[in-house]
Amino acid sequence: MTKSWQILLQCLAYVAFAVVVGYFSSAPAYVHLDPNKALIKLSLSHAGQLKGECRRLTQEELEKLAPNMRRPLDCPRERLPLLVELILDGNLLYRELLPPTGLASDGASVAYARFAVEPGSYQLIARLRDSNREQGFDYEHGAHIELRPQQNFVVDFRAEPEGFIFK
Amino acid sequence: MTALRRFARANLEHIEGVFDRAFGPAWNPLYQLGALGWFFYWVVAVSGIYLFIFFDTGITDAYESVEYITNVQWYAAGVMRSLHRYASDAMVIVMMVHLIREFAMGRYRGPRSFAWITGVPILWFIYASGITGYWLVWDKLAQYVAIATTEWLDTLPIFGEAIARNFLHETTLSSRFFSLMVFIHIAVPLILLFIMWIHIQRHSSPKVNPPRGLAVGTLIMLMVLSFAYPATSQGPADLNVVAAVVDLDWFYLPAYPFLDMIPGITLWAVFGIGTVVLLLVPWLPPTRRQAVATVDLDNCNGCGRCVDDCPFSAVSMQPRTDDKPFAQEAVVDANLCTSCGICAGACPTATPFRRASALTPGIDLPNSSIRDLRDRTLSAADQLSGDARVIVYGCRAGVNLDALQGPSIATLCAPCTATVPPSFLDFVISRHHVDGVFLTGCREGDCFNRQGIRWVQQRIAGQRDPYLRTRVPRERIAKLWAGVAGPQQLADELDAFRNRLRGLGAFRKAAPKQNDHHG
Ligand code: HEM
Ligand code: SF4
Ligand code: SF4
Repeated sequence: MTKSWQILLQCLAYVAFAVVVGYFSSAPAYVHLDPNKALIKLSLSHAGQLKGECRRLTQEELEKLAPNMRRPLDCPRERLPLLVELILDGNLLYRELLPPTGLASDGASVAYARFAVEPGSYQLIARLRDSNREQGFDYEHGAHIELRPQQNFVVDFRAEPEGFIFK
Repeated sequence: MTALRRFARANLEHIEGVFDRAFGPAWNPLYQLGALGWFFYWVVAVSGIYLFIFFDTGITDAYESVEYITNVQWYAAGVMRSLHRYASDAMVIVMMVHLIREFAMGRYRGPRSFAWITGVPILWFIYASGITGYWLVWDKLAQYVAIATTEWLDTLPIFGEAIARNFLHETTLSSRFFSLMVFIHIAVPLILLFIMWIHIQRHSSPKVNPPRGLAVGTLIMLMVLSFAYPATSQGPADLNVVAAVVDLDWFYLPAYPFLDMIPGITLWAVFGIGTVVLLLVPWLPPTRRQAVATVDLDNCNGCGRCVDDCPFSAVSMQPRTDDKPFAQEAVVDANLCTSCGICAGACPTATPFRRASALTPGIDLPNSSIRDLRDRTLSAADQLSGDARVIVYGCRAGVNLDALQGPSIATLCAPCTATVPPSFLDFVISRHHVDGVFLTGCREGDCFNRQGIRWVQQRIAGQRDPYLRTRVPRERIAKLWAGVAGPQQLADELDAFRNRLRGLGAFRKAAPKQNDHHG
């Protein structure tokens, strides 16, 4: 093989490598969400109420404890699961019973979910139960929403002061 | 596993053959993948330091600063940005091909598993570097990467709080997590450098710099690509709007689309199991280790040639422990020795001119000794008849030589072609055991034992101790570094060599016979 052939082949190899690097560094495009849809993203982190009632210790019980541990109330640390629902135009979009995190089940419950929906106007209702009630919800928020294509519509929650936050 | 390896190696050799023709064995990039990895690392490091001067590390101004880099200072910082991206991408390519090649060559067993095992974390650190890098631009792609990565991390039950909440909405976006990414993008590549350094600790003079011609060509290629097709951003991040369609870097982010198909925790499991399997590869299937080289102090004069030639830094010179009048002796570290036998090929006492009963070299392989090589050489050569009698020395890592045998052709397989001391070539030719010697082994640019072919060439050329004596006519020695994919070419070259030998006639020594002694 002559020198000039070799140089030509080398150039070809460099060009091929450069084309592969250049092309795949930013192509082909990836469609993560259909651009004609909107996204409703539910993300909340909230601690359910304590599972049991606090109990007042008797005098004898208090005396058994070390002096620095003597507190009049004994409160269980375990928390209740949350019940969270999203209702879009009367259809149930999401309903989960969310257990508390933490080894002792004493942490917050966490919800994270995404829903791709057609753009347009909707009635969105979000509700949450964090107590041990049998029926109904402790928090509820409903609003008329207008979704644009590719909009990231967030459903967040903060117990104080406002409850559910739509944005 | 062995069958897969053989298959991979034979196929790779065909591709390597094409590159050999274009680049020549010395510049063939496929033989320089580790060195190219280092080269790209330095390009990324230098360009990264330059970019950091102009980069604003706060989440609110990061995008604008990258826009300045790309558009205003396009001629310097912009080029640096492109180099930074493209060299990082190139690093992934060479790393992956390097991994496949080292697997195909089978250079990951026994003591050599060290490089393999330390290579596995390199994969993780490279990806962590690349992913955090795309994060810092804070464009649409960064937004996608940030959200997808934190959502993915949240599927692991180790973070108390959902970290994806950091990137929930424009109004709640905080700089805290972003700053952490800036820090990680600097810290992880530094740790990567450290692991890369560990990775090559068991090699003597590791190939960390590509040959100049290849380095220059590669740099020119990166520069041209950077000017012709500069790296750009994909519009500012805006958490109110989903990054619906993104131009992915498929070298660093190929896993991300899977996050939209399978649960994140499943993908973690895939990578976790994949990592464990990779770490186990050196023991699949388990093999018994070969006996390592041993030193015979009575025959070691402390010359240090074995230390110079061991490709795996397994021999060292240490103070003498016997009463011989030499300052030092050779000591083998059994944990590092790969039983390649190259040290025996370098030892001045490994010469077949010595009486057979006394042929114990200073350093030798117990299961494939020099004395055994002498015996096998003689018994094979003495059965040859006809004209142009040839002995072929090959190696364990090369092609099986049995098919070449014939009435005038003997073949002998040594652990490495460099295990055969040059005095053997002198011996068989000057003592008329054969008319010529043919050497073969792995492909020229990349010996299984790293340096074997180089040492053989240099010994024959008289550039390296122990060199082949000048009285040995070089036209009676032929070489073809055939690898495993070239048996036909080997047979053809051998034919041609024997034709040339016929033209030379029988060997007559120029010098009188009594100076047979060889040192
Ligand atoms: C970009 C990352 C990497 C770089 C820069 C790199 C660099 C190198 C270098 C310079 C050598 C020495 C070559 C020589 O002098 O003969 C080498 C050998 C090797 N590498 Fe890597 N490497 C990388 C990644 C990996 C990975 C991911 C693996 C596999 C998991 C791996 C496995 C090996 C093996 C098995 C050897 C051969 C060891 C031997 O010859 O005994 N490397 N690497
Ligand atoms: S056989 Fe000799 S040259 Fe090969 S690794 Fe062992 S000590 Fe080094
Ligand atoms: S090459 Fe042989 S003589 Fe020289 S130091 Fe090594 S073992 Fe000893």
